[in-house]
Amino acid sequence: MRELQLPLSEGDIASLKAYDQVLLTGKLYVGRDQVHSLLFECIQRNEDLPFSLEGEAIYYMGPSPAPEGKVIGSCGPTTSARMDPFSPLLLDHGLKVMIGKGPRSQSVVDAIRRNKAVYLQAFGGCGALYASTVKSARIIAFEHLGPEALLLLEVEKFPAIVAIDSQQGSVFAY
Amino acid sequence: MKLAERIRDALKHAVVELDEDVLAAIQTAFEREQFEAPKAVLQAILKNLALAKETGLPMCQDTGLLLVFADVGRSCPLSLREIEASIMEGCSMAVEQAYFRRSIVKEPVFDRINTQTNLPPVIWWNSVDGSGLQIRILLKGFGSENCSSVRMLNPTGGKEAVVEAVKQIVKTAGGKPCPPIFVGVGLGGTMDRAAYLSKRALLRDVRLSHSDPRYAKLEQDILAAIQGLGIGSGGLGGSITALHVAIEEESTHIAGLPLAVSINCWADRKAVVEWKEGEDA
Repeated sequence: MRELQLPLSEGDIASLKAYDQVLLTGKLYVGRDQVHSLLFECIQRNEDLPFSLEGEAIYYMGPSPAPEGKVIGSCGPTTSARMDPFSPLLLDHGLKVMIGKGPRSQSVVDAIRRNKAVYLQAFGGCGALYASTVKSARIIAFEHLGPEALLLLEVEKFPAIVAIDSQQGSVFAY
Repeated sequence: MKLAERIRDALKHAVVELDEDVLAAIQTAFEREQFEAPKAVLQAILKNLALAKETGLPMCQDTGLLLVFADVGRSCPLSLREIEASIMEGCSMAVEQAYFRRSIVKEPVFDRINTQTNLPPVIWWNSVDGSGLQIRILLKGFGSENCSSVRMLNPTGGKEAVVEAVKQIVKTAGGKPCPPIFVGVGLGGTMDRAAYLSKRALLRDVRLSHSDPRYAKLEQDILAAIQGLGIGSGGLGGSITALHVAIEEESTHIAGLPLAVSINCWADRKAVVEWKEGEDA
């Protein structure tokens, strides 16, 4: 189990191989379907993004409400394939790490390799487990989207498995 | 206790803790899985369940669309108005008190405005013998629901066509629906009835097989075909992709063999309330 600091360095990303288990600590952006659609439109129209994608990591997630006294509610990954139409453009604009669950399209795999990026898989459905790794959470943009808003988290020892690495490796063989 | 309160309590429990049969199936899978990566997934799921129980947080952030199966006795003294109001009140209280995610949008194509209540639920009314009432609610996650599907098979296709169709649907789903999965198969009726039956099949205790030995064997054959796909827990390979297959079937037309598959994630969450005549409403 490798412990890594977010944002990941180029060296970290290059060294990661499919099936490696990692624990991530640091800054993690959160966005799912609607956020991806909106970021995609922003880039296409040459508008400013709510945050710089350069070198950053994005987690596909929409939390349940935080009970009083808690930082966040349940917060496991959502299915990555729905972000596939948008991810290549985001990767081409500096995004380096994507975290979700399940397989990706060939065009995402190609964009990962082209940009020396990495796709990590979090444990699907494990919302209570991931809540225990989140130290802080705040809304960055699109608050009106409710559980789909763009968030910034500080995480500590967030567990994931390397699913598609920057070289040749992928866990999705079937 | 009022019916609405019993529904509320069953939902509050179901969003945090799995039923004994489902938990046992996951534990057995963890013990049996030989490969490292899928075993790590099953271990994370068990740790997650322990943490949910400890903290009271939902086990999964997708607390689901609430699918309500209301089986009403033909001589049940409660009116449909009373039953419906209790269902709505029970769901509403649970959403509020147990921190369900607000996952429901009012309309599917244009504005997709969140209802902010996680309501309405989907309700299926069914008349049954007796004077009681059974309310069963699936908390249906949508990562898995997006992988559910329908096929209109050839009537002469028989069990081979059924096995092949389910296998293809699960293969297409791959690692997307949070495997290990539970598979409900609906056979017969019409396109929509098969879909309904496939959802209803997910309500069965996962320790049980179909009461007709031919269908029980078909469930086993489908399960074996799915395991052979090698998708595995978290889609990371291994010998266990599904934990249970349940079939519900009914009469159909001479020209058809409708088949529907509802895929549920490992978080196979159900809330059940049995009401008997004379009890508080």
